[in-house]
Amino acid sequence: MATRLKETDVVIVGLGAAGGVAALPLAQAGLEVVGLEAGTWLTRKDFAPDELRNNVRGWPQSVQKANQEIPTSRPNASSPTGPRGNVHPMQNGVGGTTLHYWAQSWRLNPWDFKVVSETKRRYGASRIPNASTVEDWPFGYEELEPYYDKIEYEVGVSGQAGNVNGAIDPRGNKFEGPRKRGYPMPPLRWTAYIEKMAAAAKSVGWDPFPGPAAINSRSYQNRSACMYHGFCNRGGCHVDAKNSTMVTTIPRAQATGHFKVVTRAHVTTFEVDANGKLSGVNYLTDGVEYFQPAKVVLLASYTYENVRLLLLSKSKAFPNGLSNNHGQVGRHYFSHHQGAPVTALFPFDLNSWYGLPAQGVAVDNFADDNFDHSDVDFIGGGNLWVYSDRRPIGAAGMGTFGLAPAWGPAWKRFIHENADRTNTAYIQKTTLPYQDNYLDLDPTVKDPLGFPVCRITAEFKENERKIAAFTQDKMERWYREAGAIAVQRGPLGGAMGVATHAYGGTRMGDSADSNVVDRWGFSHEAPNLGVLGGSVMGTSGAHNPTLTVQALAWRTAEHLVKNWKNRQS
Amino acid sequence: MTFISRRDLLKAAVVVPVLRPFQPGDRLESLTQPEAQLLDAVVGRLIPSDALGPGAKEAGVTIYIDRALAGALTSSRQAYAGGLAALDRYARSSRGKAFAELPPTDQDSVLIDVETGAATGFSGSSASFFAMVLNHTHQGMFGDPYYGGNRNFAGWDLVRYPGVRTMVTPTDQKTLENQQLKPNHKSAYDYESFTKADPHHGD
Repeated sequence: MATRLKETDVVIVGLGAAGGVAALPLAQAGLEVVGLEAGTWLTRKDFAPDELRNNVRGWPQSVQKANQEIPTSRPNASSPTGPRGNVHPMQNGVGGTTLHYWAQSWRLNPWDFKVVSETKRRYGASRIPNASTVEDWPFGYEELEPYYDKIEYEVGVSGQAGNVNGAIDPRGNKFEGPRKRGYPMPPLRWTAYIEKMAAAAKSVGWDPFPGPAAINSRSYQNRSACMYHGFCNRGGCHVDAKNSTMVTTIPRAQATGHFKVVTRAHVTTFEVDANGKLSGVNYLTDGVEYFQPAKVVLLASYTYENVRLLLLSKSKAFPNGLSNNHGQVGRHYFSHHQGAPVTALFPFDLNSWYGLPAQGVAVDNFADDNFDHSDVDFIGGGNLWVYSDRRPIGAAGMGTFGLAPAWGPAWKRFIHENADRTNTAYIQKTTLPYQDNYLDLDPTVKDPLGFPVCRITAEFKENERKIAAFTQDKMERWYREAGAIAVQRGPLGGAMGVATHAYGGTRMGDSADSNVVDRWGFSHEAPNLGVLGGSVMGTSGAHNPTLTVQALAWRTAEHLVKNWKNRQS
Repeated sequence: MTFISRRDLLKAAVVVPVLRPFQPGDRLESLTQPEAQLLDAVVGRLIPSDALGPGAKEAGVTIYIDRALAGALTSSRQAYAGGLAALDRYARSSRGKAFAELPPTDQDSVLIDVETGAATGFSGSSASFFAMVLNHTHQGMFGDPYYGGNRNFAGWDLVRYPGVRTMVTPTDQKTLENQQLKPNHKSAYDYESFTKADPHHGD
C-alpha cells in the first residue's frame, strides 16, 4: 500500500529543461509545487574534464533511471527492432539534460509555426509531402515571442540579435523573427578558425553569424563566464556558466518557499478518478511506494517517457492510456534529422582543442523557407553550424579520408599531423511527422520493474533525405571555400534511433482528433493534466528545441496561474 | 611535482597504480598472463613505438584494458577471451608460429586478416573483434592517464593535445594559434576540485 502524502496544488514530473522552468512562475504565484525528479542533485565537483568518463562511457546518464528504460527502435512496422543502445542520450538529475547539453538556445523561425499554410500559399498544396501529418501550430511566432524573451533573460542566453522590432542587424541572423530586444549577453567569442569560416561564408555571399547559447559569455546573475575548457559537450559545467535549470530557475523557485524538490522519485503511473480527472501521481523511492495527490499534474519528462507514462496509466475513463481516447498518444512522432554530416580536412591546424559546441558560426540562408523553394523538390531546409570542440579520443577516432590506414606506423604519422585538422559540421534539418512514424509500448522488452519500454517506429522520408543532400552540397562548398583539401559525407539518413531532439507523441493543437494537448499545453481529455517538453511540438524547424520547450513551459505555467480555478476542476 | 601528486591521488583510489607499461608477471585484474602478453603484442602493432614517440605498449594500453575489463568494459571480457585465443590459433595455422613470436611484418599481415574479416576460427567476424580492440586501444592511449594508460601523456603528445585545463583565456587561445602553448601534462584528477571517478568504472 502506497504512503499517501499531503496534497499539493501542482506536481511536476521531471525537473529538466521544461519542468525546471515551469516551477518558477508557479511558485512565484504562490501555488504549492512539488517536483518529482528521478535523479539526484549534482554539483560542479561532479563535472570533471574527463573524456573517457563523459563522452565514451556516458556518465552520468549510464548510471541512472533513464538508462534502464532505453527505447527500442525499428524503421517501420515490418522491420524487426534493431540493436538497443547502451546509454540513454538524456539524463536524470535536478536540471536533467540541461546539465550536459550543448546549450544552443535558438528561437524557431516564424515559418516553422505555419509550415502548412505558408507552403500552400507560396508553392501550392501539392508541395506538402505525401502521408505527412504536419499541421500549423495553433498560434504563430508572435504569440511565443514574449516567452522566448522571458527565458533568454531568466535563464541567460548569449547571442547577437539579427532583427529587433524589424530593424535588421547584419551581425546577427537576418532571417530570425522580430524580437523586442537583443540578448542579455554578447555572443561567445570566436577562434581564428571560426573567423576564417565566417569570412569564407561571406565570400560566397552568405550571411554568417554567431549562434545563441544558454552559456554565460560574461558573468551573469552572479555566476561565472564560460572558461572554454573543452569539456562542455556531454559534460556539466565546473564553474556553473552553463545555464541549466539546476543553477537558474530551480533555485529561484525554491527560494520562494513554495517549491519542494523530491529527488530519486521514480514515477510509475497516474491515478485518475471516474470522471477522468487526475488525482495524483504514484512513485517509488528505493522500492517504497508513495502517492502524491495534486490538484494539477504537469508531465515534464522526456518525449519517450511522457508517452510511455501516459500509455501505462490505464483506467476506466482512459482504457487505452491516459488522455488517449482519440488514439493520438505516440502519434506525430519525429526526431530531428541531425545526421548526414559533412567532415572536412584542412592543411593547417584548426586549434579546436578548447571551446564548446555552442561556440561557432551559423549560416541560415538554407534553413526553413529562407530561400525560394520553387526549383527544389522539398520543403524546409537546414541550419549549417561550425563549432570548436575536440578531445583526444574522439580525434583519434577520425576517418583518414583514404589517405592512411586505420592503424600502424602510417596511421600514427597521419594522426600526429591531422588530429587537429578536421572539422565536422552540425546540420539540423526540417523534419516532418508522418502517418507511419510513431511511438508505442514495446511488446516484449521491459524495464526492471516489469513495465514495457517505449518503442520507436520511425524513419526519415524523401523530404528529409532531399534536404540532407542539398545541405551537404552547401556545406561542402563552404568548407572548400575555406581551404579544405578533402571532404567526406555521411549517409543521408534512414531509421530514426533514440534521439536528443525527439518531438511529438503528445502534439499541441486545437483539434482533439489529431492532438493530445490544447494550445495551452493541457490535455484535451483530462483538463488537469498539462504536458511539457518537445513532445508537444508539431514541427522541428532547423534549430535546437530547448529554448522553445522552455518558452512553452513558462507559457503553460503562466496560463495555469491565470486560470487556476478552471484548470483544477 | 606532477608525478608525486598523481601518485598521492591514485593511492587514495581503489587500485595501487602501475606507473609503467605492462611486464610479464605483473599482477593482473582481469586478463590471464598469456592473454595479457598477447594483447600487449597486438596493441604494440596497432600503435607502434617509433621516431614519433612511444606506442600503445609503452603507454600502458594493456594495463588500461585489463583494468577496464574488470569494470566498465566487463561485458567485453568474454569477447577478449575468445578473440585472443582465436587470434593465436590463426597465427599458428596460417603463419606457423604464435603471434608474439612472429616478426612485425607477419604480425601486421595477420592483423590485416583479422581487420578485414578474412581470419578464420573466430566466433562471428574477426573484424568485429579487431574493431573492439582498436577502439579500446584508442581509449587507453588517448584517455586520461588516471585510468592506467596514456602513460607519461604519450597519447596526448602524439596528437599534439595541449592538455586538460580548467580555464582557457583568450590569450591562451591566441598562444595556441601561434603554436606556442606548451602541453601542461595534467590529469583531470590532478585538479583537486573534482570528485574522483572510480578508476575502473569511470563513474
